[in-house]
Amino acid sequence: MTKFFTRMGDGSGVYMSSDDIRWDIEEGTKDAADRGKIPELTKEEMDHLYEIITMPGIVVGVDRGNEIVTTSDSGGCKITYHANIPIDRGTAVLIHEKVLGADSLDIGHIDYSYKAVKSVLHDEAAVMELTQLNSVMPVLYGSMPNLGIYTKPDGPVENWSELLPMGKIDEARAAQEEAVELAVKDMVYVAGGMYEAGADGMNIDTCGASGDADVLAALKAIEIIKEKYPDLGIEMGMAGEFILGMHGQLEYDGVRLAGLYPHKQVKLAEKAGANIFGCVVNTNSNMSLAWNLARTVTFVKACTEAAEIPVHVNVGMGVCAIPMSEMPSVDAVSRVDKALVEIGKADGL
Amino acid sequence: MEVAHEVACGMGGIRTAGDLVLRMQLSKGMKINEAKKYVADKLGVQPIDLSDCAVMREIREDLDLGRPMPPDKVAKGMEAKIRIAKALDIKINSVERFMRMSGLK
Repeated sequence: MTKFFTRMGDGSGVYMSSDDIRWDIEEGTKDAADRGKIPELTKEEMDHLYEIITMPGIVVGVDRGNEIVTTSDSGGCKITYHANIPIDRGTAVLIHEKVLGADSLDIGHIDYSYKAVKSVLHDEAAVMELTQLNSVMPVLYGSMPNLGIYTKPDGPVENWSELLPMGKIDEARAAQEEAVELAVKDMVYVAGGMYEAGADGMNIDTCGASGDADVLAALKAIEIIKEKYPDLGIEMGMAGEFILGMHGQLEYDGVRLAGLYPHKQVKLAEKAGANIFGCVVNTNSNMSLAWNLARTVTFVKACTEAAEIPVHVNVGMGVCAIPMSEMPSVDAVSRVDKALVEIGKADGL
Repeated sequence: MEVAHEVACGMGGIRTAGDLVLRMQLSKGMKINEAKKYVADKLGVQPIDLSDCAVMREIREDLDLGRPMPPDKVAKGMEAKIRIAKALDIKINSVERFMRMSGLK
């Protein structure tokens, strides 16, 4: 029996039979449909996905005319801080623009949290000002709401991760609500500084990393930023496929945040005023690329169908079927991209 | 990994019209096909041409919209963005700031 070389969710290589790949595709889409209460992929879509996964060649690509655009999260940090190449972030923007073919890039502080940026905004703004003089493509400023760092001992608020195990539910909820207001203030402050510095947009990224209060802070901040600076583009990127209910009772626009999946998250992002939504689906490193990709594409398709704004699917390590590996293989990455665009109808990555 | 994404499905930034399409998504919330159509109409080409670096190189040269390896005497950086704002009929925040800070507006 012919076996195809493919990948597991941790990036390791594996040979799988045609039947096993088809079985995983069916199980992956069923899992997403069951969790998100959304339609499974159609027979034609699953056949197309099977073709993509079993295509010969290391690199596969979308059909001509289906190309999409890209934004980034901590894009300016990748070849500077992360790869340890001693250049400044403005130079990194130009390398991405002129060498790597990026359509945009976000500059971010290495801490990548709005709370940390607040105290060095004047320096971050100067980097944005100078970068904008030299760059042609859009340059955004990005950071996370990162509500966790507002807790003691680093921040002023009681630590809900300590309060919850002690059964102090009301106190934990009150602490999160207090942190929301502080985070909103910081995000709006930084956005104002970046608007004045000439930024094309803000990337409010990894929303929900601290749960539903983290998402609420992002939505409330976006609403205020758009009211103050209507021309400033906003990308809202998520941390995970569903919103964790660390608080459990928080609502935005009458909708409870805890437990929402991407197709419902995007509607709240639109309501707040975001211009681009970055959806996330978690990669399961114990399952195959076929299972993860079928599951991801099912969620992404539901999200893009519900969305009236462009959806940029997050495709970093360990999300949206990209293997959880420091260096995901090109064979897996290119297959993920093709499926996300052709079946998931992604507007960007 | 960015290279893999670009090769598999990316428009290619200023090699083509990727930056222009992204501008329309970011500033107007346009989905990909709507953004491509807007840019194509403004540049007088078909949407499929926007991802073709042979076509877009000539257009970017003619309109002086910025290129990856610009020779001398062509628009670079802010100069190119001022032209992009006119070509797409949009406001670009950094262009507005440049005009304001340099006393041109």
